[in-house]
Amino acid sequence: MSNWLPKSAAGRRWLGLAPSYFVIGIFMLVPMIIMGVFSFLEPNPYGGVKPVGSLAAYVKLFFEYDLEDNLVFNPGYLNIILRSFQLSFGATLLCLIFGFPVAYYITLQPENRRNFYIYLITIPFWTNLLIRTFAWIIILGRGGVIETPLLWAGIIEDSLRMMYTDGAIAIGLTYSYLPLMVLPIYASLEKLDFRLLEAASDLYANRFEIMTKVVIPLCKPGIIAGCILVFIPCLGAFIAPNLLGGGKKLMLGSLVQFQFASARNWPFGSALSMLLLSAVVVTLIFYARAARKREVTEGSA
Amino acid sequence: MSDQMQQPSSGRKGKKALPVGHYRGLGSWAVVFFIFLYLPIVVLIFYSFNANRMVMNWGGFGLDWYLKAFQNDDIQQAVWNSLIVATVSTIVATTIATMGALVLARGGSFRGKTVSLGLITLPLMVPEIVTAVAVLIFFSAIHLNWGLGNVIIAHITFCIPFAFMPIRARLEGMDTSLEQAARDLYASPWEAFRFVTVPLLMPGIVAGAMLSFVISMDDFIITLMVGGAGSTTLPVYIYSMIRRGLTPEINAVSTLLLLVSIAIVTAYWILSKKTQQSTVH
Repeated sequence: MSNWLPKSAAGRRWLGLAPSYFVIGIFMLVPMIIMGVFSFLEPNPYGGVKPVGSLAAYVKLFFEYDLEDNLVFNPGYLNIILRSFQLSFGATLLCLIFGFPVAYYITLQPENRRNFYIYLITIPFWTNLLIRTFAWIIILGRGGVIETPLLWAGIIEDSLRMMYTDGAIAIGLTYSYLPLMVLPIYASLEKLDFRLLEAASDLYANRFEIMTKVVIPLCKPGIIAGCILVFIPCLGAFIAPNLLGGGKKLMLGSLVQFQFASARNWPFGSALSMLLLSAVVVTLIFYARAARKREVTEGSA
Repeated sequence: MSDQMQQPSSGRKGKKALPVGHYRGLGSWAVVFFIFLYLPIVVLIFYSFNANRMVMNWGGFGLDWYLKAFQNDDIQQAVWNSLIVATVSTIVATTIATMGALVLARGGSFRGKTVSLGLITLPLMVPEIVTAVAVLIFFSAIHLNWGLGNVIIAHITFCIPFAFMPIRARLEGMDTSLEQAARDLYASPWEAFRFVTVPLLMPGIVAGAMLSFVISMDDFIITLMVGGAGSTTLPVYIYSMIRRGLTPEINAVSTLLLLVSIAIVTAYWILSKKTQQSTVH
């Protein structure tokens, strides 16, 4: 039965890995390389590219041509990129402020209840993001769940106009990725030795100091991991800016989609994707370096 | 682990003096958190029973929109497409992931192990929109027009890491002594694998398959970009409904999709709890 298997361990190893390499290599790695190449080509007016080398896509990030064909600085796209970073940063911060106390609270619970809370947190994460974001339209929108009772009670007289704002996008992003913040923080808090807190208390640390000088430093790896897990998908988000920002308040992710779906400027879309990808790589390198630094300091301690 | 936990939690009964490590307001914070987490889901389901034509205007309780959704041919087609894509992708991705996990968890250390691990988890690290665009460019560059086939290929790719993780976790938690015992009792390597390793690994494989199925069923962005006309899946169809105008039909379809996901994740949770217990004892 096993005669067809390669005899050597190395042979069998590569046979086992070959399908993964084949699928992810050909349908993920190669496409990303092609995308990188496309970002240096000229656009075809009907989508696709002309095989002519050009830096136009990257120039377009910062400049535009005015009526006399002069290159002038155009902050339009830069503003969108900047807003993506701001909103992603804001959403990450909101997730941290909102999620950390909950992760800590769960750690204090007895074990079976902890598992149940974790289950409750993972449920929304595994359900469809599009649907969950759509639900926020019903909550925030004109005549929605928040406005209607306020209008009825006479607290407000006109619509709050919460939809299609940066705030709505930030709420949507926070909501989308909140579980990704809580889970890693919980994972590192779970390993926390609570005797250390007692020791700190015996040494006259007050509650605030116990939190800031014992708990938070010890679960820093979880906090950093959570922040990265939230920040990266926020940066490339498409659904929240599209549904809650009404397609007018663009973010990097929706701008990329727009280049392929409507504007038909593939090189520019590719260049934007490359920008997004490099932001992710920089974030991951920062994370890896922080992790290595931690290993070194812990090793010497 | 549990001893450490006992100390603060046993002191919880004395409500007056808060034990070390406990903070006032944590419980209420958690309540607000869970309301925030579940409010959209509850609102979505609640408004699916709205008899009115507009989502936002409550027009009484009714199942009208569920009936309408069931009679909608486009929705039926989208559901079929979603099921076909999710089933095929899950089977292929889980098979590939199992092979990879066996090598990476059991193959000892070898050159290229870290790279292989990085490659398999690559789809998790790249933002979805980038994957979507890259695959779209690739398919158009090689002129691949297989309709639903294109969507399936893309789904297999990003489902692999989701299937891989629970399978590898299971393999790493598994004791090799049973397999050795089988080999000592003259089982061939294939028999030991087929009759000892695979049954022991089964919970991991099932868990991995469930996760890929849910991930594939729920995927929206990649399918939106890669799928052409005629390969509309349910989330893509829901998106087009949202663009056309908000009727409770969206809520009705979404509620059904939501319930499928929740059912699968709950089954996964129960399964993983059981396997945890079986590995402990």
